[in-house]
Amino acid sequence: MNWQIHLPALVLAIPLLGAFAAPLAGLGGKHIRNAWFIFISVVTTVLTMLLWQKVAAGGPAVYVLGGQAWNLTLPSGLTWPIRIVLEVDAFGAFMAVVGGIVALAGAFFSLRFMEKFSGLDKFVSLYFLLVTGMLGMELTGDLFNFFVFLEIASVASFGLVAFWRDRPEAVEASFKYMVISTVAAMMVLIAIGFLYGRYNAVNMAAVGQMLHMGYAEKIALVFLVIALAMKCGTVPMHMWTPDAYTEAPAGVTCLLVGVSQAALYGLFRVCFSLYGASLDSVVVPWTIIVMGVLSMFIGVSMAVIQKEIKRLMAYHSVSQIGYILLGLGVGLLALRDPQAMADYGFTAMKGGIYHIINYTVYKGLLFLTAGALYYAAGSRNLNELGGLARVMPQTTFMFVIAAAAIAGLPPFNGFVSKLLIYESTFAVYPILAVMALVTSVLTLASFVKVFQTAFLGPAKAKFAHVTEAPGSMILGMSILTVVIIGLTLFPTWALSHLVEPAAKALVDQAGYIAAVMGGGL
Amino acid sequence: MTGNIPFLVVGVVFFLGLYAVLFERNMIKMAIGITLVEASANLLLIVLGYRFDGSIPVFTLAGEVKQMVLPTPQALTLTAIVIGLATSALLLSLIMMLYRHYGTLDVREIRRLRG
Repeated sequence: MNWQIHLPALVLAIPLLGAFAAPLAGLGGKHIRNAWFIFISVVTTVLTMLLWQKVAAGGPAVYVLGGQAWNLTLPSGLTWPIRIVLEVDAFGAFMAVVGGIVALAGAFFSLRFMEKFSGLDKFVSLYFLLVTGMLGMELTGDLFNFFVFLEIASVASFGLVAFWRDRPEAVEASFKYMVISTVAAMMVLIAIGFLYGRYNAVNMAAVGQMLHMGYAEKIALVFLVIALAMKCGTVPMHMWTPDAYTEAPAGVTCLLVGVSQAALYGLFRVCFSLYGASLDSVVVPWTIIVMGVLSMFIGVSMAVIQKEIKRLMAYHSVSQIGYILLGLGVGLLALRDPQAMADYGFTAMKGGIYHIINYTVYKGLLFLTAGALYYAAGSRNLNELGGLARVMPQTTFMFVIAAAAIAGLPPFNGFVSKLLIYESTFAVYPILAVMALVTSVLTLASFVKVFQTAFLGPAKAKFAHVTEAPGSMILGMSILTVVIIGLTLFPTWALSHLVEPAAKALVDQAGYIAAVMGGGL
Repeated sequence: MTGNIPFLVVGVVFFLGLYAVLFERNMIKMAIGITLVEASANLLLIVLGYRFDGSIPVFTLAGEVKQMVLPTPQALTLTAIVIGLATSALLLSLIMMLYRHYGTLDVREIRRLRG
């Protein structure tokens, strides 16, 4: 039997095994534990890539957990699925690859970064639980299972944000994140309850097939959109993002960027695949667009005034999430109109989805360089840092690449996705494109500031002893740098092989439903 | 009408919990608010699966009955309760650590991270 049919389950099972066996590996000493940490991370990343390859070649993959056969979605002649079904289409597989890459980079980086601290067995366990939760959200085809993975990811990330529990700020950040996140998760559960009450099903494809807009569905949609927007940190609910991103250890922050993308994935899965054609008003698309524009602008204006390097970057991630929301929101706006979809909607979606991978890799890299600065120089305050380019040339090089990419300088990958978003949003309302451009300029301004103050300038006496970051941290950063350079050099390949299938899969609600329910709509 | 009373209770408990999370200043009271929101979600699921005159949803034990209570929401609720237990325990331990660091339970005084 071909083992590749089990890939969707393996992608979740391997990191879960890694999480629960990490304390055992820890008994064998530091080297065994580190080897386990790296081994499982590499295997998970390779499996996500194989899964992506399989989905790209053979269309949406389904996997029934606990059934007689892996592909028996409708057992005993029933017309609705009763078991937990994993469903991976091109969009889900794309997100899983993105998550796998940042998880690998964060793992390499954490090896040396966390070395000084105790409790590392638990750190590795929580790290893999977070990876499992993130991948689970991206691969599942079941609403309640989505909620369970959301909570696994949340609980693991509370623990990791508060990992330095001797720092009052870390515990405070974790508490803030936890209050917001738990309320959001409960709202997701209530929404699932509403949908279950109407359709007696929690499978996304089954609910999507039967869905007709009514009061219960509208309430559920409002709850889902608010809750998932809270989880990915868009503007009215962004208060936790800067705190949690700043206080988490740098390798974890890199992974948290990927986890916020999983919440974003959930938001778009709900809007496109669950509701899709039934969304007959423009309220939801416009809500997403307005949230996107506000996030972009408020995020970047808060970032410009920050003095602490990781906090500055965290506000930038609020602003970058805004671009993705803007792109996919415009796509959602054009969903019911084939002409508009062909004119600008599909371009906007390509831009939004391309921005997901770009944002995740360059933002992950920026957080890692900030962590390397903190590790080497012992400070995150921009007023104290200076002249570090002399002693940390490799980190500086990678920071410059990431900063150029996030500011959207041509020819870097950030430029391509931003250009697609400018082009398409201009067709809806020129003011949207203008806001996006202004945000981009401010982003450039604030990264010029970081580069100038932290890396350039005269060498400071107190940083005379500073040396380049150790090898494994450089390796973690290079993984992301290589991805950025790859996307920069081959934008056409990335667009046609990575992004377009994902955008098509997201629009194709009937295909998503048919993969589980068999036959057409 | 009487059939709808459980749903009204769900709504009242949910908004009480949300009010506590948003407006209370004591962290323990916020934690209670979160558990109230959790309780309302669990109650909603259970109520959705209840059928009047239904029997227990175990096929071998129910005997000759016309209808059963739905089993799926009960399974969902059990899972949600376990998750709620984990989050409540973690939340309370975070509050404990915050109290050790700051010596207060008032969220207005726990504000080192701002701006």
